[in-house]
Amino acid sequence: MSDALLQLSGVHTHIGHYHILQGVDLVVPRGELTMLLGRNGAGKTTTLRTILGMWRASAGHIAFDGQEIAARATPEIARAGVAYVPENMGIFSGLTVRENILVAARAGAPEARRLQWVLGLFPALEKFWNLSAGALSGGQKQMLAIARAMIEPRKLLLIDEPTKGLAPAIIGNMIEAFRELKRTETTILLVEQNFRFASALGDHVAVMDDGRIVHAGAMAALAKDRDLQQRLLGLSLDSHQ
Amino acid sequence: MAIVQRSDTTGRPAWRLPRLAGDRLPLLLVPALVLLALPLIGAFPAWITLTLAGLAMGMMIFIMASGLTLVFGLMDVLNFGHGAFISIGAFLATLVLLPLAAWMQADNIWMNLAAIALAIVVAMAGTGALGLVFERVIVRPVYGQHLKQILVTMGGLIIAEQMIHVLWGPQQIALPLPTGIRGAIVVGEVALERYRLFAVGVGLVVLIGMLLVLNRTRLGLLIRAGVENSEMVQALGYDIRRLFVLVFVAGSALAGLGGVMWGLYREVLVAGMGMEVMVLVFIVIIIGGLGSVWGCFIGALMVALLANYTGFLMPKVALGSNILLMVLILLWRPQGLYGGAKR
Repeated sequence: MSDALLQLSGVHTHIGHYHILQGVDLVVPRGELTMLLGRNGAGKTTTLRTILGMWRASAGHIAFDGQEIAARATPEIARAGVAYVPENMGIFSGLTVRENILVAARAGAPEARRLQWVLGLFPALEKFWNLSAGALSGGQKQMLAIARAMIEPRKLLLIDEPTKGLAPAIIGNMIEAFRELKRTETTILLVEQNFRFASALGDHVAVMDDGRIVHAGAMAALAKDRDLQQRLLGLSLDSHQ
Repeated sequence: MAIVQRSDTTGRPAWRLPRLAGDRLPLLLVPALVLLALPLIGAFPAWITLTLAGLAMGMMIFIMASGLTLVFGLMDVLNFGHGAFISIGAFLATLVLLPLAAWMQADNIWMNLAAIALAIVVAMAGTGALGLVFERVIVRPVYGQHLKQILVTMGGLIIAEQMIHVLWGPQQIALPLPTGIRGAIVVGEVALERYRLFAVGVGLVVLIGMLLVLNRTRLGLLIRAGVENSEMVQALGYDIRRLFVLVFVAGSALAGLGGVMWGLYREVLVAGMGMEVMVLVFIVIIIGGLGSVWGCFIGALMVALLANYTGFLMPKVALGSNILLMVLILLWRPQGLYGGAKR
């Protein structure tokens, strides 16, 4: 296994009176794609938001690229090299596609080759370049959200359920895009409920339940072991196409 | 390939002004109201005079309200103290205009305008600086707590008014219009008041300036994105609070400018003049949609035109007409004319 870019140790998060994360230990290896799986309400989204400082960890440590970030503010963590695609995509509907991309490029206008590469992955975005992002379909919005996270090189991408509500054909495009992104050795932590998608892309997997990591290992091993899938996720590959 | 040079499939330039996310229907409301008023008023000269008066008043309300709507849009801050900056702006202007009375009364329009420009600079600088202090001392401790925001910003407004009494005295201060923009230009049977034309001009300059900043600069892009989803802007690595402070200061300075314009329009200053106009300001930003500059502009023109028309046609219902307008707009669009973009 590569060295860890991100490491969570005993992370607890409270939201109001609710104790959501109850001692999360998670290692995200550098340059690889780690899938974070689990049932609804297991704490996956909270884990991503806690990493990014949107919800403050009440206990535990979060080390990113060798630096402790648990107490840092969200913009500071983002500027350290973390990009985030939330479950609701976080698209600015009143801005055009171009402006959504531009706002994510902190260094100014995106580097031309990088922009071409991203638009090559998601050709629909170029077609609707000056259209209001609010007018895009659900799949196109998801593409825009991911393109926005990729428009400048980032050390870590946190992506929350990118396939939610998307048609199978668009999920296929998404898989190809992530494969292309993996070739750049970008580190990705991806929350997913679609096991087929997860097993097609993941190098590593962590499974959450009740605010804790209950399994961590190679994705290929989990994909082969139907009993383990049933035990951890309550599903099998056949029932989740 | 430069990203800013791209254009869409329709061949339109990448930067469009204004850009309204394809929803232009509310833009028709103002011309519809103006045209509807013509047969009701009957006399063409009276209609022109009332329309110009409405446009001038609308521009002044827009100047005062535009900053407040962005302040609410960015950080959900209910700033009832905004009226203080209107009053303070007008009173700061007296520090320039009263000593420069000779310039104001000169038969030279350029000397008149120079005195007003200087007063505007002083008022905007003063209210902008006060806005910085107000945000740091009064608003920042109550982020995210609407009830406390209402209470402390109302408290700030009361303190500011009392400070005006302390510094300028309790009496009214006369602020006569300069010679060059007093009176009216008569075209046929139509009398066009010079100051109202001046106010429309200043309002248009502010509108165009705001649209240029919002639509053609990176800062404006961040403000528009922040109004829509401030959390996502933070997740992209931008400190939304610094952006908010900047907008708050700019909004306070614009309130100061609005105060100068409103004070010259009234020609008499009282400490409570800001609070008096805040009712209209809140109606305007609610009609326009919280956080929308275009909505604020259309709302301001609608409110002011309707107030002038009903004041002429049915003076007894003039006060209630704006409340009725707000109710009708909210029945049509519950989030205001352009308020739907906010998360």
